[in-house]
Amino acid sequence: MELVKPSIGLIFWMIVSFSIILFLLKKFAWAPILGMIKEREDSIELALASAEKAKQEMKMLQSNNERILSEAKTERELLLKDAREIREKMIAEAKGMATKEGERLLKSARENIQNEKMAAITELKNQVATLSIDIAEKILKSELSSDEKQKSLVNTLLKDVNLN
Amino acid sequence: MTNKINIFKRFLLVFALLFISYKGFAEEPETTPAAESAPVHQEGEHGVKPFNAGETIIEHVADNHQWHLFGHTSISLPVIAKTDKGFEVFSSSHFGHDGKEHYHGVNYIYALEEGSLVVIDELTDTVSEEATANLWDFSITKNAMAMFISMLLMIWIFVSVARAYTRNQGKAPRGLQSFIEPLILFIRDDVAKVSIGEKRYQQFLPFLLTVFFFIWINNLLGLVPFFPGGVNVTGSISIAMVLAGFVLLITFVVANKHYWRHVFAMPGVPVGVLVILTPIEILGVFLRPFVLMIRLFANITAGHIISLAFFSLIFIFGEMNVGLGFGVSILSLVFTIFMGALELLVAFLQAYVFTLLAAIYFGAAVDEGHEIHNHVDDHA
Amino acid sequence: MLSSVLLAGEIGYGVAALGAGVAALGAGVGIGRIGGSALESIARQPEAINDIRASMILAAALVEGAAFFAMVIGLLVVLIK
Repeated sequence: MELVKPSIGLIFWMIVSFSIILFLLKKFAWAPILGMIKEREDSIELALASAEKAKQEMKMLQSNNERILSEAKTERELLLKDAREIREKMIAEAKGMATKEGERLLKSARENIQNEKMAAITELKNQVATLSIDIAEKILKSELSSDEKQKSLVNTLLKDVNLN
Repeated sequence: MTNKINIFKRFLLVFALLFISYKGFAEEPETTPAAESAPVHQEGEHGVKPFNAGETIIEHVADNHQWHLFGHTSISLPVIAKTDKGFEVFSSSHFGHDGKEHYHGVNYIYALEEGSLVVIDELTDTVSEEATANLWDFSITKNAMAMFISMLLMIWIFVSVARAYTRNQGKAPRGLQSFIEPLILFIRDDVAKVSIGEKRYQQFLPFLLTVFFFIWINNLLGLVPFFPGGVNVTGSISIAMVLAGFVLLITFVVANKHYWRHVFAMPGVPVGVLVILTPIEILGVFLRPFVLMIRLFANITAGHIISLAFFSLIFIFGEMNVGLGFGVSILSLVFTIFMGALELLVAFLQAYVFTLLAAIYFGAAVDEGHEIHNHVDDHA
Repeated sequence: MLSSVLLAGEIGYGVAALGAGVAALGAGVGIGRIGGSALESIARQPEAINDIRASMILAAALVEGAAFFAMVIGLLVVLIK
């Protein structure tokens, strides 16, 4: 009979002690344990999410890097091309300038030479003229120094003249 | 599979042989079954009392004012009695080893009658009905003591686990912590969250966890055959009653309008049917925790009784013939080990079922009624 | 009162035992059916094994509760004198 009859004493002690243990465990065991489990789950979730994010970022970074690299490459090529162009241009310019200068120098030299030549020729002409005049004077003086000579000359000259 | 059947057949054969030999040995036909001889034995009878299996089993399973350890050694527990003349506290050792002696207290003379405290009339030397009716027995009995021990154990376990959580914060669980954590997660995810719902489950979690571990630890302690264990705490109807009472109380406290509407006037049910349905529903509200109590009590008590019954077989047969007793003891041992393994499962299962059903009742009490109810009658 | 009627004769114990036996029979059939159906469901949908197991234990516990009801009544008959 005792087996199936609830006893007041045991019920009393059970109510009291179960309430106490419920309170104690709630405060000192379940709250921290459940809190910690939750925290850990959250942190794991967060870690996973951030790892995923990092992966995404890494991917983005990689593609960025590639882009930058290719950009740098094209830029380098552009620069090289520019440089080459500039060089060629410079060389061409220098060449052009040098030719022009040379030509100019040549031309002026030639002009100078011409001028000098002309001057020399003029001088020479003048000299020759003076000399010729001097010679002519001297010849004339000697030719026309006697009457016979004058008459012979006139004769020769007259002989030459062809009266047709 | 066939192997198992063979083993089973062999068992049956051994059993049959035993019973045949029993008939052979027991020449006296007047050997009465143990249960019937119970009222016969007298106190003054000297010599060895015949072994009474029923009495022994009930004595072990039921509550007691003394904690019997082994042989003639037992722990005397305090008796706290509230009488109409005031409180009285004394040791249960005053009742003597077999609990047959009377104790002359300050107010009354006390005695134990079938395990319960009674007042003896000074003049007639018989039980005083009037004074006994006014007697409230608040003794720390064997069950109460075992319950306190288990609670201290629980506090020690869970507070140390909680401390372990704060100590290795953010790290993987270790030791006891890693043993307890899956169970806590199991109760949280598979019992509370599923039955109560994502929104409200946190409110009930401390109670559910406490109830689960209280039942489970006490069930396991009950399976331990020596001192702090072996007491039928969860198989005591008072303990089961308080646990179920807590469930009922919490259900009443948290129950919302929707729950009461379902109890008193089920929506969508014609008035004629309501006349029948409402009393059933009201009865059901109380019947559910009642069945919760009966289930726990009967399951655990039945486990204890079966284990003890196998052991009693040894003494029943041993009384007929010592050799037979030894022979049966081997069989008993095998069966008790088997039952012990089964009881380990039952210990967990009953804790789980109690917690799960409590969670389902809480879930029904706080349900907002968005989902369609399938009115499964879970009264039994 | 019922018990006192039964205990008038020695048959009380026998009837109590019989009652417990009948209850065990009923519960056995019930739990057997639950287990069988659960196995069929698991065979059909092995991925739902966890849900099925939980429901199975719950249903078995409910059936068992009814059986224990009978058992306790049997105990009462035996123990109440």
